Amino acid sequence: MKISRKEVEHVALLARLKLSEEEINLYTEQLNSILEYAAKIQEIDTENVAPTAHAAQLFNVFREDEVKPSLAQEKVLENAPEAENGFFRVPRIV
Amino acid sequence: MSFSDKFELVCGVETHVEMATKTKIFCGCSTEFGGEQNTHVCPVCLGLPGVLPVLNKEVVNLAIKAGLALNCIIAEYSKFDRKNYYYPDLPKNYQTSQYDLPICKNGWLEINTPCGKKKIGITRVHMEEDAGKLVHSGETITTSKSSGVDYNRAGVPLLEIVSEPDLRSVDEVLAYLEELVQIMDYAGISDCRMEQGSVRFDVNVSLRPRGSSEFGTRTEIKNLNSFNSVRRCLEYESERQAELLLKGEKVEQETRTWDEGQGITLSLRSKEEAHDYRYFPEPDLVPIIIEREWVERIRASLSELPAAKRERLKSLGLSEYDAAVLTSSKAMADYFDEAFTFGVDAKTLANWIMGDLSALLKIDGCSFENSPVSPRQLAGLLNLIKDGTISGKIAKAVLEEIYKTGKDPEVIVKEKGLAQISDAGALEKIVEGVLAANTKSVEDYLAGKETALGYLVGQVMKATQGRANPGLVNKLLKEKLSR
Amino acid sequence: MKLLNMSLAALHRLLKEKKISSTELTKEFLRHIQKAEPNLRSFLTITEEIALRKAEETDKKIAGQQPIGILEGIPMALKDNICTEGIPTTCASRILENFVPPYDATVTEKLKEAGTVLVGKLNMDEFAMGSTTENSGFYPTANPWDFARVPGGSSGGSAAAVAAREVPFALGSDTGGSIRQPAAFCGVVGLKPTYGAVSRYGLVAFASSLDQIGPLTKTVEDSALVLNIIAGHDPKDSTSVPFIKPDYTQYLENNVKDMKIGVPREFFAQGLKPEVQTVIEEAVRVYEQLGAQVEECSLPHMEYALPAYYLIASAECSSNLARYDGVRYGYRAKAEDMIDMFTTSRTEGFGQEVKRRIMLGTYALSSGYYDAYYAKAQKIRTLIKEDFEQAFTKFDVLLSPTTPTIAYRLGEKTDPLALYLGDVYTIPINLAGLPSISLPAGFADGMPVGLQLIGKHFAEGILLRAAYTFEQNTEHHKKIPAWLEEASKNVF
Repeated sequence: MKISRKEVEHVALLARLKLSEEEINLYTEQLNSILEYAAKIQEIDTENVAPTAHAAQLFNVFREDEVKPSLAQEKVLENAPEAENGFFRVPRIV
Repeated sequence: MSFSDKFELVCGVETHVEMATKTKIFCGCSTEFGGEQNTHVCPVCLGLPGVLPVLNKEVVNLAIKAGLALNCIIAEYSKFDRKNYYYPDLPKNYQTSQYDLPICKNGWLEINTPCGKKKIGITRVHMEEDAGKLVHSGETITTSKSSGVDYNRAGVPLLEIVSEPDLRSVDEVLAYLEELVQIMDYAGISDCRMEQGSVRFDVNVSLRPRGSSEFGTRTEIKNLNSFNSVRRCLEYESERQAELLLKGEKVEQETRTWDEGQGITLSLRSKEEAHDYRYFPEPDLVPIIIEREWVERIRASLSELPAAKRERLKSLGLSEYDAAVLTSSKAMADYFDEAFTFGVDAKTLANWIMGDLSALLKIDGCSFENSPVSPRQLAGLLNLIKDGTISGKIAKAVLEEIYKTGKDPEVIVKEKGLAQISDAGALEKIVEGVLAANTKSVEDYLAGKETALGYLVGQVMKATQGRANPGLVNKLLKEKLSR
Repeated sequence: MKLLNMSLAALHRLLKEKKISSTELTKEFLRHIQKAEPNLRSFLTITEEIALRKAEETDKKIAGQQPIGILEGIPMALKDNICTEGIPTTCASRILENFVPPYDATVTEKLKEAGTVLVGKLNMDEFAMGSTTENSGFYPTANPWDFARVPGGSSGGSAAAVAAREVPFALGSDTGGSIRQPAAFCGVVGLKPTYGAVSRYGLVAFASSLDQIGPLTKTVEDSALVLNIIAGHDPKDSTSVPFIKPDYTQYLENNVKDMKIGVPREFFAQGLKPEVQTVIEEAVRVYEQLGAQVEECSLPHMEYALPAYYLIASAECSSNLARYDGVRYGYRAKAEDMIDMFTTSRTEGFGQEVKRRIMLGTYALSSGYYDAYYAKAQKIRTLIKEDFEQAFTKFDVLLSPTTPTIAYRLGEKTDPLALYLGDVYTIPINLAGLPSISLPAGFADGMPVGLQLIGKHFAEGILLRAAYTFEQNTEHHKKIPAWLEEASKNVF
């Protein structure tokens, strides 16, 4: 499988990245060489192999439904690039 | 509707219900509604770098319960996945949800239609986290220069319930939604406070020529938050699609939004709609394995569901209508059940609950859950009528007094001296007095004018402030007049 | 005595016997940091004031005749992807340049409770992606053995700081070798614990299913002492394993008699430099002479580990790094609307390697490719895990070089794939979630070479014993760069 320039542009859109023309070219080339290398994994038959999502074989890890203190509003907004009246402020949506 | 001769509506609904837990799905922040913005927030639900989620066990309990109430198969193995998309109300720019292994699937619920009962399929039920809230500075999302984000709601546990496209009319959709919301309410899965946005609907709508068995192209309308919006939206959207089809045009498969003010649906197409959610297993959470014993424990805790309750009420002699009204909220139905244990007549009780008590509660916006008149007090009041201590008319006044003061009806009747005067000796004197003072009416009566008796009874009641036993007054007057 | 060179146990003794105060000790390290930093640049933040305040607390305790913990009053530093309340945590990224966490990572909390003195935050490859620390969004760090070479990465600052004796110990994180590789390049001990042994809460995620925090120390004993503090179940991390934490120092036994050591032949192929191979073969002879049974073995699916790793790690990173959008924290670019703000902030805030991996991961998860890449890689992961399980039916530990080469020259490697290939011996261990340690095994071209030992899940004990025995019978760990000889002679 080869990734096309157009796909690189689409992937950048999905990932919310803006690429310059040179970057598109560079990434297309580099991603292709990585993917070409990664194609190695297709060699091997994994028909009857179960996937591993985790090295630790844990299940049913829960917490009780007990209220814990939240952060104070000024702490919540401390790192905000822009805040107003207790809200995070963001530019218009559309 | 003009389209209905030619076309049949095909509709499926995705319902999002906020679950009635104390804390959020992955952190200990409160789920309470109405806090000041960004005060029910911690590093976890704010998606700060480095934080990790830990699943609230009660969310799983309630999800299993919902699955059982909706006749679903409960998965033995279930997991969470990440749904990746960018939106400022989503703290991590992915939503932790369930993809290929939802906790419940393949269920159904039953609705009433003009042609009898109909089963509506439930495809799946899954757990996920809610997003925060955007507050727009302008009138609408499109005219705002900027927006504020409040993450109080981010991480509140949601249940997404997906129906099969089994619904064939607007009425069926509404019947399905009402039944679903009642079940969630009864099973204690959600408070179902529609006005607070704790239940939201996405509807999938398509039309097909009557008689056809194939599905047409559908549109999805997202984020409807009341039954009324669903009704108006479906009526508009089916008209819109019908017009297109009649003109020989195609319905575009797309997501649309409902504009409540204008009463129309609008296309949401934009470049951000190049959606590819890139689901993959959530690596910060571990799988859930649900053993049978766990399911049975939840099943045992499942309270009576609305359909069963309606049948039971009908068996007490209540009409279909009364049963439906009484069960329309779990709180009202529970109120009825509790009052009924004090040995009162079902029909009388139903009338008082649906009538006078409902009216009183409505004035202050109270619910049956926190009614100032307890079920025991209402039953006590009805028993006072039954044994002749007070009249129905006086009882209404007593009910208002209980509502205001919280005192028991027996106490109020005693304190205010409202008990009926049923002592013939005491009444006789008053009757004699009335006869002496109204010689004209007495003459009229004796001359054959029956209505004069009513006037005399009224005078006796007036003299006793309505407390005289009306039957006894009648009897005494007739005796005296016939002499 | 050479204060800067002392083991943790020796420093503890000095403090306990009041031969030195924590404040004096901290000042001594801070002075050394000031001297070493112009050449090294292993720190991103130095927290002098906070450190001295903490040191004073210990001194008060000692003055009040209260007992102190083994690490109490001892300076240390953390990789800058471990959250520290009130202290910038940048992940060496422009996008988090101004981020000050309102909370502590669990390991930070534990080290605080143990009374350690945080002197600063250490440089790294941006978001832990890289193996040279050249991907730091701020500046590269130099290798203490040769300032023209890289310290390795991504925990390059942590390894360099310990190797240059700027701190007695440091924490790093290891997703595909990010503790062990820089430890090898800088000639220190780096331990990656079993996945789930140390809480990840507060470690800024790169690849959640692979990340693990661990110590970088001068000796194996120090490694055990730090692990004693940071390991253990944490209810805030769902992937943290509820296991009974032993006292790891009990395994520090100079004895490998009858220990079965497997040497996987696949770890001696794929670009292994002969001078590195020579050092590792010598290490094998040392173990044999000490009575261990060393035998060659095979892990047949190892060649698939690297591609599987890059797909899984990149996929997870593409999602983990989605939150950096300029809304709640971090860098925000000026923009007209929302999408523009998201895109421009991310484009300007992230460095090249991070963007490359986000692109790769996004692609691997996107519709139409998921099964061929991500799902397939998850299955390969199973095969890797099973290979190790099979080997551990016969062996107590496995032995290999940590890296195929010695430290690269700064700017030497520019091709991403060539750099990825340098992680070929460390990556399979993360995929299988196993514990692994890199320790100084000798030198090639004057640069340190690391020996990697791999254990079963939660068999940190036996790893420590094998490593300790090797260390006790060799002198490599005692060597320090020439420029340091002078500095470490100064005091005591």
